[in-house]
Amino acid sequence: MKLKDLVQKFGLEVKAGPEYLDREVTGGYASDLLSDVLAHGEEGSVWITLHIHENIVAVASHKGLSGIILVQGRQPEQSALAKSKEEKIPILVSQLPAFELVGRLYGAGIRGM
Amino acid sequence: MGPVSVACRTIKADLHVHTCLSPCAELDMSPLGIVREALRKGLDLIGICDHNSAENVLALKKAGKAEGLMVLGGMEVTSSEEAHILVFFDRDEDLLRFQEVIYAHLAGSNDEKAFGQQVIADEEDGVTGFCDRLLIGATSLPLGEIVETARAMEGESLVIGAHVDREAFSIIGQLGFIPLHLSLDAVEVSPNISAGNAMDRFPDCGKYPLVTGSDAHVPADIGKRFTCFTMEDESVAEIKKALAGKDGRKAVC
Repeated sequence: MKLKDLVQKFGLEVKAGPEYLDREVTGGYASDLLSDVLAHGEEGSVWITLHIHENIVAVASHKGLSGIILVQGRQPEQSALAKSKEEKIPILVSQLPAFELVGRLYGAGIRGM
Repeated sequence: MGPVSVACRTIKADLHVHTCLSPCAELDMSPLGIVREALRKGLDLIGICDHNSAENVLALKKAGKAEGLMVLGGMEVTSSEEAHILVFFDRDEDLLRFQEVIYAHLAGSNDEKAFGQQVIADEEDGVTGFCDRLLIGATSLPLGEIVETARAMEGESLVIGAHVDREAFSIIGQLGFIPLHLSLDAVEVSPNISAGNAMDRFPDCGKYPLVTGSDAHVPADIGKRFTCFTMEDESVAEIKKALAGKDGRKAVC
């Protein structure tokens, strides 16, 4: 499944990186501790978080994640948007709370392990 | 580093001490209780930093003056990212103005049963009131704005990333690494780890001056970890010089 399929299926708002939505999503990871994502995030996974700080982009880039989905309609900080352009990391926004979104992603076939 | 100024002396400091105002601290973390315990432990200076409040700082300063202990006034602020930073000021006016900004961005009221009492005390350990704000909560201010607010005050400010080796409520735990443009004077490591191990495990610890403090919530923990500053007096300006290793000042932990 590609990022653009998730955007369409779950009505995600594309805040950054519309040109990279062809990326394949090979898994999912949900965490709000960036140190944990640095330790356990896997390449190609989409990351579900409520963090809006610019460091999310660096973490996603470092781990080779396919993209970031912010939950509950949270809006990324301006500096995060600027950074996402540099690092080519799409930032998508869902209005759903994390539990609900992760459940639906799982239902759509995305796995965390 | 230049020669040590003749006026310099070594000050043993525990810059991270909570009072009974913090809901998670014990009631016997009263102004006189803290000051006497700190003196018993051989400390020269303590930093008072309750969660998101400075309402016991003036009482601590008076108690310290009466008993012969230097007290630096500050606060342990919880950012919107749920990272803790310690912020200190030389001037009480700056600290109180800073507190107004923090309070304006801190929602909710305390639930004593769930989180504990938030006791406001005077310098003789009399209870003068209870703070009913949700001090255990997070402010809506991102780290960067907290630092900017501190720097915008009239006098000097000292900003330290708290217990960065901890997973919970630390800048590195929450944000993976220390944001590049954050203007910190130092980072603090907790009593759980030595300074050497911290630098091995967390590369960011090697990029900033290091301090350690006890993060004491009970009297027995006061002074459990400390930093020795060689400097002329206990002002924020001197501490910053010591952290930067300027003019013969130094900080060792």
